[in-house]
Amino acid sequence: MIGLDTREAIRIESLSYHYHDGTPALEDVNLTVRRGESIAVMGPNGAGKSTMALHLNGILSGEGRVEIMGLEVCGKNLSEIRSMVGLVFQDPDDQLFCPTVREDVSFGPRNQKLTQELVDQAVSRALTWVGMEGSEDRSPHHMSFGEKKRISLATVLSMDPEILVLDEPATNLDPKGRRELIELVRGFEVTKVIISHDTGMTRELCDRLIIIDDGRIVADGHTDELLSDSRLLELHGLL
Amino acid sequence: MKHDYIDRYSKLESPVHSLDPRAKAIALFALIVICVTTPPRAWWAFCVYAGVVLIIAAASRVPVSYLLSRVLVVLPFILMVAVFIPFMHKGGTSYDLGPFAVSSEGLLVLWNVAIKSTISVSCLILLSSTTPFPDLMHGLERLHVPSFFTTVAAFMYRYIFVIVDEAQRMKRACESRNFRGRWIWQARTVGYMVASLFLRSHDRAERVYQAMCARGFDGTFPLQRESSMRAADYVFMSVVVLIVLTGRLAVLWK
Repeated sequence: MIGLDTREAIRIESLSYHYHDGTPALEDVNLTVRRGESIAVMGPNGAGKSTMALHLNGILSGEGRVEIMGLEVCGKNLSEIRSMVGLVFQDPDDQLFCPTVREDVSFGPRNQKLTQELVDQAVSRALTWVGMEGSEDRSPHHMSFGEKKRISLATVLSMDPEILVLDEPATNLDPKGRRELIELVRGFEVTKVIISHDTGMTRELCDRLIIIDDGRIVADGHTDELLSDSRLLELHGLL
Repeated sequence: MKHDYIDRYSKLESPVHSLDPRAKAIALFALIVICVTTPPRAWWAFCVYAGVVLIIAAASRVPVSYLLSRVLVVLPFILMVAVFIPFMHKGGTSYDLGPFAVSSEGLLVLWNVAIKSTISVSCLILLSSTTPFPDLMHGLERLHVPSFFTTVAAFMYRYIFVIVDEAQRMKRACESRNFRGRWIWQARTVGYMVASLFLRSHDRAERVYQAMCARGFDGTFPLQRESSMRAADYVFMSVVVLIVLTGRLAVLWK
């Protein structure tokens, strides 16, 4: 690891991605995120936000280069990359696929080949963190949406990630659930990438905002500044 | 939306619930195998099997009405086919029932199918209503049932309700636009619904797989914690198998 600049959590260099049918989803995306930084990603539906997120841990791979904590995202580094990047999907029913909460939260640590004792510790730590301790033996399909969201977070927190990528974390939550989620996420002292349409949450959690439209980064700057530029927001369908 | 649990009552507390899933699976599968290999005229043997099932059911404290309702869901399918056999089958004495003739051989076949399927189905229902589904799957895994089967079953247990929800939402959306799937020319719409349900499930499968990979899934499921069987589990297993086997062997000696 000598010679790598570890102050950079994420570095994306001229990343492009095309769907199977050739439609471009990302075009020449460049982005650098420092360690500990929280950035928000906004953009109209289908702009490529989630597609970009899926490149951060190598689920998708396009042309260009993606580095996480100085490590290139490629075949031989995948398991290390996926331990460092905790990606929480938008729909908790996609994220939670096990019959019980315990199995879901321990899925990541068990894939990291930790010992049973460490797995148990990771599970209870993650569940306590999201305020769901004691729900190990419940089934996700009998939980409320807000509870499922919390468990989804716990499933990646149990892997002790360096970078947290949240895809629409507050969507469909009621105001109380949304508020609790914001407080919860604020408490995580890791690098955060938050994809959201929720300007209030974006302002509260992220100093930096990037706007993606049509597969390109069209704005990158201070959250308050960009959000007060109504011409910019309107131009990209965010107002 | 609220639905019934597949493994309702599986979290009760009773001597049967506290047994290791492996012990229950082995004992009840042994009962099923021994039962289906018994000759149909061995009336006493079937009494023994039924007795064992009833005792386990009573000890499990699962409401009888629930067990019966579950048995009644499965049985009609089997009996619907079997009930015609006495009329088709030739052999033995035949009894006249107006335009139909019933053969005694055929009746024996019907009895054979009915009693064996009732006992087998009851065993499976007892197993699933005294063991939480995830535990049952892990138990079977430890008994070296191929993980392909247990994994598919575990996914089914997790996603059946998600898909049912999706189907119900779609149905409501259709009904809100005054659709009632009643007439044959509306079959096309129902076909579209089924197709889109399939496509959505397919897309979901893709996303679930991505979510699994994001957490380091590499194609093999990590093992669950080990647990060992206690003395009570071995006792239960041996007692059930012994009683049933005695019933079966007594028939041979006669």
